[in-house]
Amino acid sequence: MKRIGKQTICFDNPPTILETASIVGPKEADGPMAEYFDQTLSDEFWGEKTWEKAESKIIKETVNRVITKSGIPANKIDYCFAGDLLNQCISSSFGLRELNIPLFGIFGACSTFVEGMCLGSVFVEGGGANYVLCATSSHFCSAEKQFRFPLELGNQRPPTSQWTVTGSGAVILAKSGEGPYITNITPGAIVDLGIKDGNNMGAAMAPAAFNTLMAHFQDTGRKPSYYDAIITGDLGHIGKDILIDMAESKGYNIRANYNDCGVLIFDKNKQDTHAGGSGCACIGTVFSGYFFKMLKEKRYRRILLMATGALMNSTSSQQGETIPGIAHAISIEI
Amino acid sequence: MEPIETPKEYQKYVDKKSPNSPILKNCFNAFWVGGLICSIGQLITYYCKFRGADQQTAGTIVSIVLIGVSAFLTGLNIFNKIGKFAGAGSLVPITGFANSIVSPAMEYKSEGYVMGVGGKMFTVAGPVLVFGISTSIIVGLIALIFI
Repeated sequence: MKRIGKQTICFDNPPTILETASIVGPKEADGPMAEYFDQTLSDEFWGEKTWEKAESKIIKETVNRVITKSGIPANKIDYCFAGDLLNQCISSSFGLRELNIPLFGIFGACSTFVEGMCLGSVFVEGGGANYVLCATSSHFCSAEKQFRFPLELGNQRPPTSQWTVTGSGAVILAKSGEGPYITNITPGAIVDLGIKDGNNMGAAMAPAAFNTLMAHFQDTGRKPSYYDAIITGDLGHIGKDILIDMAESKGYNIRANYNDCGVLIFDKNKQDTHAGGSGCACIGTVFSGYFFKMLKEKRYRRILLMATGALMNSTSSQQGETIPGIAHAISIEI
Repeated sequence: MEPIETPKEYQKYVDKKSPNSPILKNCFNAFWVGGLICSIGQLITYYCKFRGADQQTAGTIVSIVLIGVSAFLTGLNIFNKIGKFAGAGSLVPITGFANSIVSPAMEYKSEGYVMGVGGKMFTVAGPVLVFGISTSIIVGLIALIFI
């Protein structure tokens, strides 16, 4: 493991992504990615009394599923990195409290999934662990309750607003295996270009994604064409356009191979999701469900996975603060 | 495009890039749904008067009926669909006020009846109450002094 350039870590013995699992809610099950998820739920409660409990159950069952699919007994997994959007990350802490695996609770808003994989891969490559589990979740109803208005309130959503994905994605990283491998990680710095509108998260996070993307290209000397796909987490339709424009302004054309999980997970016209999906589970489920399978089938050989997060809460918004964005990138190759 | 350096430049660029709400369509829907709700209220008033109620009693009955119906529709998960379609059309009449109290009461029921339903019931309607009552006091004082 060595540092290259300003902020990228290059692995000598790249950790393998051994297995993934994903469970999504009913709206995602109606979307274009439905067939790739391990399980789709028919309602948001999944037999629980509250949305918070439902979200905990979703992450718990997703983790159980990835462990079962991998064939690795739970007691062989050395560490777990998990986080979510609810205050003090209760979904993951409550969902994983019976797991009995040493846990790092992490918060990077919607960037948590890749943040966990960055940390996990360093643990594995550094010799600290043979197997590491990374998981995230988000839930439309619990997120709306915490960040916006009650669901039954009869208000209108602006066209720039995004739809929090209900679901959970989990991966197991291993010291050795047949790939796909995490070859590089580029953790990102906070970038805040002064966006205050909580209904325009894509615009708030795009500058951070741009910053991390530029850092990754400069550190590794790679060009956009090196990757079969460059995938961001939840910039949505507006943030995606902004990132394309910003990259172009620095001479990088990512138009051909760039897409965003928030754009992919919902059908904007049929599902009334406005600017697209968001939430920790957006990239978590789309990577675990779709891209991991594509890598396994070698339809994609090199992808850059970049999760984006908006580091705000409802208090900071009400106090008129701007929204700091963050983005972490990992390159996955097979 | 030119590279963006300052928040000001970025805000300008984002404003250009972000689609606006369909204002004309929203206004039209708000107009006819709001008008329809008020017409229903007026019809109830006429009916009450026809049955022998005076103006004030009829007005009270209208409020009770509209509040009752919108609270019920909120509980059935229907009012938010009307609100999404009509915006201010269903929000500004008393129907919107009822919805703004019932919806947090339902949402926070999971945190108990006292601190959940009781404590959070007015999170949305609270500002309307505070500023509505404050304004009425000021107007009342002006009326008392000058009229």
